[in-house]
Amino acid sequence: MEKVIKGRVWKYGDDVNTDVIFPGKYTYTVNDPEEMGKHAMEDLDPEFTDKVEPGDVIIAGKNFGCGSSREQAAVCLKVKGVGAIIAPSFSRIYFRNGVNNGLPLITSSEVQNVFEHGDTIEIDFEAGEIRGDKGTFSFPPFNEFVFGIMEAGGLIPYTRKRMGIDA
Amino acid sequence: MPKTFSEKILAKYAGVEEVEPGSIVEVIPDVAMSHDNTAAISKTFEKIGVDKLYDPDIHLIVLDHCVPPANATFAENHRQIRTFVKKHGIKNFYDINHGICHQVMAENGHCLPGTIMTGSDSHSTTYGAFGAFGTGVTRSETAVIMATGKIWFRVPETMRIHLTGTFKDGVYVKDLALHIIGKISADGALYRAVEYDGPAAHRFSISERMTLTNLAVEMGAKVGYVPPDEIVYNYLEGRAVKEYEPVFSDEGCHYDEVLEIDLGTIEPVVAAPHTVDNVKPVGELEGEPMEQVFVGTCNNARLDDLAVLAHVLKDKTISSETRLVVIPASSKVMIDAMRLGYVDSIVSAGGTLGTPGCGPCMGNHMGVPGNNEKTLSTANRNFKGRMGNRESEVYLASPHTAAATALSGRITDPRNHPVDWDAIREELQEATLSPVLVKA
Ligand code: SF4
Repeated sequence: MEKVIKGRVWKYGDDVNTDVIFPGKYTYTVNDPEEMGKHAMEDLDPEFTDKVEPGDVIIAGKNFGCGSSREQAAVCLKVKGVGAIIAPSFSRIYFRNGVNNGLPLITSSEVQNVFEHGDTIEIDFEAGEIRGDKGTFSFPPFNEFVFGIMEAGGLIPYTRKRMGIDA
Repeated sequence: MPKTFSEKILAKYAGVEEVEPGSIVEVIPDVAMSHDNTAAISKTFEKIGVDKLYDPDIHLIVLDHCVPPANATFAENHRQIRTFVKKHGIKNFYDINHGICHQVMAENGHCLPGTIMTGSDSHSTTYGAFGAFGTGVTRSETAVIMATGKIWFRVPETMRIHLTGTFKDGVYVKDLALHIIGKISADGALYRAVEYDGPAAHRFSISERMTLTNLAVEMGAKVGYVPPDEIVYNYLEGRAVKEYEPVFSDEGCHYDEVLEIDLGTIEPVVAAPHTVDNVKPVGELEGEPMEQVFVGTCNNARLDDLAVLAHVLKDKTISSETRLVVIPASSKVMIDAMRLGYVDSIVSAGGTLGTPGCGPCMGNHMGVPGNNEKTLSTANRNFKGRMGNRESEVYLASPHTAAATALSGRITDPRNHPVDWDAIREELQEATLSPVLVKA
């Protein structure tokens, strides 16, 4: 996991649900992660998947990722290189999916009304800081157990390590 | 210190004296359910690199999301799951002929008080209807349970919803659940356990409790829980797959929020597009044309739901301006509905009956709407694109409102078509196969 990321901001509203992040109709027909990335945000922002770049950050409103438990909704953003998602709150299953796939989810209600679509910001995970032209904002550190999973790159590499399959 | 249900059960399973909200625990669940997503889960399991399941008996698989398969892709998905089931000796496997996972698990006695049940499905909060700690987990997590048996949880805070009074005619648990979501919004119970109690909760049938806890996740809850009672114990008599020991919140435990609701104050409501918390009194939407009415899903397609529908439709014909798709929650429900003449009333009125399963709930098949078409559905979700077409709209309501709407082709107040609950209650008692009980 990169300690510092830098990218442009993609801004969305409250209650962005998993049906718009990754449409339900593809859940049993699209299995390849790269292919999943092509449908990321399809029903919310058709431009997203073509224009997003590695390190870009999503800043959204409350309850991001509500709805279905589908993991593709985290995977499709991870494969597009999304560096982090910042929101005042996440749906609980989405939060788990983020952690388990090594997609950092930052809970903060401070930056939502500060940064705009297209702004460039930097996130320092070690310092717990979000930095940009419009100021520096701190966020609470991740729980140790949760951070361990993210640091390992997600739940599967974490489990392999734990079971002694990977050193 | 007095503890909540969640704190007690998580401490018990984690083997520690006590836990606080916010702490992280690891537990081994009694049941880990997965459905058509098992093929994907099995691939993740294989990536972990162990060749045997930690305990095949924890796992329970139901094929329901597209049954029978709509095309070769779905069929191949099912085939891979059957191969995996055989290879690993998974006994709790329900093939395409059973129904929707949550319903099938209940009918077959897997949902037990005082147990921890996970599902790779967000509506796994349903199991709280039986006093279980039921919650949705991710595909990777189910793969990790396959490998290690374990799952991590953050101990949730608890919100209590205290229910008193009785419903007025034409008002149901669906209206209550939508009313609560409308009031506290889609994240009103985020990360929390929701405990529904009070005299009214203990009068609810199994079916009604399942409707209630199923919808808990639509307000963000981790768990929806009704303290188990005689209604649950009677249902489990001769059905429970193993012994169980109920867990209850201690008297005087800490709830971080308490809602008091008198059922008599609730009116029939509809959740309008495109969020479940966009709840309005039915009167505000009355007259809105609906090209399709869908009575199905794990939320509202049990015997009592089909009973209301059949009673409203008996000897009548649905509007030629709409279609009515009816998909029973399980084969058991379908058999009982046939025996009681409900299928006859529904199909004679112009309804289309589908194979028990999820149907068009998430847009896989059997009733996907066309462009600009509106569907009034008894499901639990109305997000844009949910039923497989982003150019369509989904409205959520009770089966009674759905029945009234099918007759006119427009959203209609259920109270325009009253039903005789005493007659329905008697009929349902006759249904011996699934003793799904009745409206209080
Ligand atoms: S009926 Fe709908 S909500 Fe229920 S399990 Fe199936 S797809 Fe999910």
